[in-house]
Amino acid sequence: MSNENKKKRKMPSFMGPLMAIVILSIILTIVSDTFLSVNNWMNILRQAAINSMVSCGMLMILLTGGVDLSVGPIVALSSCAMGVLMQHGVTNAFLLMASALIVGVVCGGINGLLFTRLQLPHPFVSTMGARQVYRGLALLITGAAPIAGFSPAVTFVGSANIGNFPVCFIVVILIFAVVGVFLNQTALGRKIYSVGGNKEAARLSGINVPGTLNFVYIMSGFMCAVAGIIMVGRVGTATPLAGETYDMDAIAACVIGGASFNGGKGTISGTLIGALLIAVIRNGLNLLGAQTDIQYIVIGIVIILAVFVDVVRGNAAVTARRKERAKEQAAA
Amino acid sequence: MEEVRAVGDVIVELRNIRKEFPGVTALDNMNLKLKAGTVHGLIGENGAGKSTLIKILTGVYTPEQGEIYVDGEKVEFKGPADSKEKGIACVYQELNIVKELPIVDNMFMGSYVKKKSGLLDYAYMNKKSEEILQGMGQDISAGEMCGTLGMGQQQMVEIGKAVLLDARVIILDEPTSSLGEKEAAELFRTVNILKGRGVSIVFVSHKLEEIFEICDDVTVMRDGQFISTTPSKEMTKDRMIAQMVGRPLNNLFPKIDTTPGETVLEVSHLTREGEYYDISFQARKGEILGFAGLVGAGRTELMHGIFASVVPDSGEIKINGKTVSYKTPQGAIKHKIAFLTEDRKQQGLVLSESIEKNLTLVNIDSLKKGIFVEFKKIQEQAQRCIEKFQIRTPSADKAAGELSGGNQQKVVIGKWVNSDAEIYIFDEPTRGIDVGAKIEVYNVMNELVSQGKCVLMVSSELPEIFGMCDRVIIMREGRKMGEVSKEEEHFNQEDVMKAAWGGKLS
Repeated sequence: MSNENKKKRKMPSFMGPLMAIVILSIILTIVSDTFLSVNNWMNILRQAAINSMVSCGMLMILLTGGVDLSVGPIVALSSCAMGVLMQHGVTNAFLLMASALIVGVVCGGINGLLFTRLQLPHPFVSTMGARQVYRGLALLITGAAPIAGFSPAVTFVGSANIGNFPVCFIVVILIFAVVGVFLNQTALGRKIYSVGGNKEAARLSGINVPGTLNFVYIMSGFMCAVAGIIMVGRVGTATPLAGETYDMDAIAACVIGGASFNGGKGTISGTLIGALLIAVIRNGLNLLGAQTDIQYIVIGIVIILAVFVDVVRGNAAVTARRKERAKEQAAA
Repeated sequence: MEEVRAVGDVIVELRNIRKEFPGVTALDNMNLKLKAGTVHGLIGENGAGKSTLIKILTGVYTPEQGEIYVDGEKVEFKGPADSKEKGIACVYQELNIVKELPIVDNMFMGSYVKKKSGLLDYAYMNKKSEEILQGMGQDISAGEMCGTLGMGQQQMVEIGKAVLLDARVIILDEPTSSLGEKEAAELFRTVNILKGRGVSIVFVSHKLEEIFEICDDVTVMRDGQFISTTPSKEMTKDRMIAQMVGRPLNNLFPKIDTTPGETVLEVSHLTREGEYYDISFQARKGEILGFAGLVGAGRTELMHGIFASVVPDSGEIKINGKTVSYKTPQGAIKHKIAFLTEDRKQQGLVLSESIEKNLTLVNIDSLKKGIFVEFKKIQEQAQRCIEKFQIRTPSADKAAGELSGGNQQKVVIGKWVNSDAEIYIFDEPTRGIDVGAKIEVYNVMNELVSQGKCVLMVSSELPEIFGMCDRVIIMREGRKMGEVSKEEEHFNQEDVMKAAWGGKLS
């Protein structure tokens, strides 16, 4: 029951990727003279912001043992909704951003209901279908053309800096802090872990499982909409075809941070570090002049390595436990 | 099939077979002779060792002691393949049918016949499958999808597989448990056809009438021991039951006497088609009400109905005299019902999470201050439970999956006691846990009833039922067969067993 004990168990979940960031930074500092500068680091944070937001929602879904393949199209659709409303004369920045959030929440809600109400076999299937629908809707409402011309008030979140620090990453930090507190210190947050760990036990313990699942999909939609708002600020346009790789990037960040596809395992801090690691790798390789092909290969290897390390660690823990038990039995 | 075996020749013989698992002897001193052209019944209570015996015959388990003879020759089964080669086949209760494939593929799976070209010879296989099924009195096309067949016909396909392999011994493990009357009659017809061909059939059943109807000999088992083999003509129901339960009650049970109070739970005509029918009973404060019966009698299903984790089709539940209607476990919990499920790992605990957290599964919403949970309260609750239920663990942070079965059960108990329920359903609460932990579980029940709570206990261990319960409801095939309380003369193992096997209580 000691606190030390607790720390010992929680530390390792993101220590690996954090160490990777540190080591990578040291190497990049040596080989590139532009890497270790305030400007470059602010760039990294800016580049990590969208993926961080999407990953935050994805983590909650992974915790329940699900997955959301429709995140990219939701990002695109929510930002395009802002664009279309703007074209129709809505100028109020808050109204525009609220509309994006509503679109995200509705899309997430639909994903949840497809899974919990229609009882499609796995969210992999339902969100794969929804992914096509949302993408199609984004193309439909924009006539397949990107929309530019947002007012500075709208692009503020995605493009502005306070001092040197990007506003979009302040948003990330705030939301991650709130979600972290939510997951660990509220009843619903803790129920998400329980549902992911054992759905049937959760149901028979009186936990509202469909409600919990609906909630995480809605949250994912919401986070995608926030990512959409950031994206509009960063690139200046709402693009219906944006976000083709967001699903995989987000899953990668969560998994690197220690989340499990089987549900019940994963932390918000690990996810943030996972997203940052991906951004550092991309940034470093860019500075070194590597093309996207190399970036794909490196990030792929990092994902596999991260999961592999996790598996090895898990097996080691099981072995240690077995030996400990044998020792206990021998003593008794 | 041309080869005719003399009826009565011993095909397989087991002598003094002993099988041990860590901590238990599953089978000891087991003897069995399976003769050509006869049907051999195998009966015993739950846990009597029938399944272990089947697995020895099919080579899944290797016995620690004893010999197996086939055609008078001593053999050793190193694995299922050896047993199969000697012509022993088993049709398990859970059928091994791929529903998405047609009959012919299911029949020939693993022994596909190829043409010279290397492609599968479906023409031959179809013909052969249909021939075999027709020989068993079944007129089904080999192209039919197995998923569209009824349970009876699916079973026929399984038996057909055995016939295709020219099995000389076919074990039917509770073959009628999922069949209707008509299908069962069909099955018996097929069994008689096979018997006429000299096949030796082992017939495991929980239905005594069937044993008398179809079997030539019957072997009774109890607690892993061989009790007797008798020609079924010379056997009587009463003798079978006496042989199955004939074990003394020991003093493992720390039962305390309480005076039951008013009725708290009243169930009327609860029905869920295919699971349980027209169940009515009352349970009072301060009493332990037992549910006895064989595995598959519908007791667990009934408890899921009361807890609304599987909603009943019809019927009424009253709690404290008021009719209640809830359709989810949440609703049941609001009415202060707790359900300690049979399967701790799958249904009771989140194994990957800590003891502390598992203890909050039901009552987390009452440990909040505003929107935040109170860690201090959670920790206090965990410490309280660990002490009170003597959960053996170095810390409340340990994952539930790392605990022993008994300690896991105590966490489940703790989880529910924290919910402050009034009605506790214990489903097989001591299955798979050691004697010490069992007594601790019984003590918890004692404490609950002495506080005036109501306990329902489903148990397949009769000594436990008689050791702990004030009253017993006996179920069979989804129906209530009777009810006896401690004071009545029928409150004994033999009479209750008789009812569980389909007899009358008086």
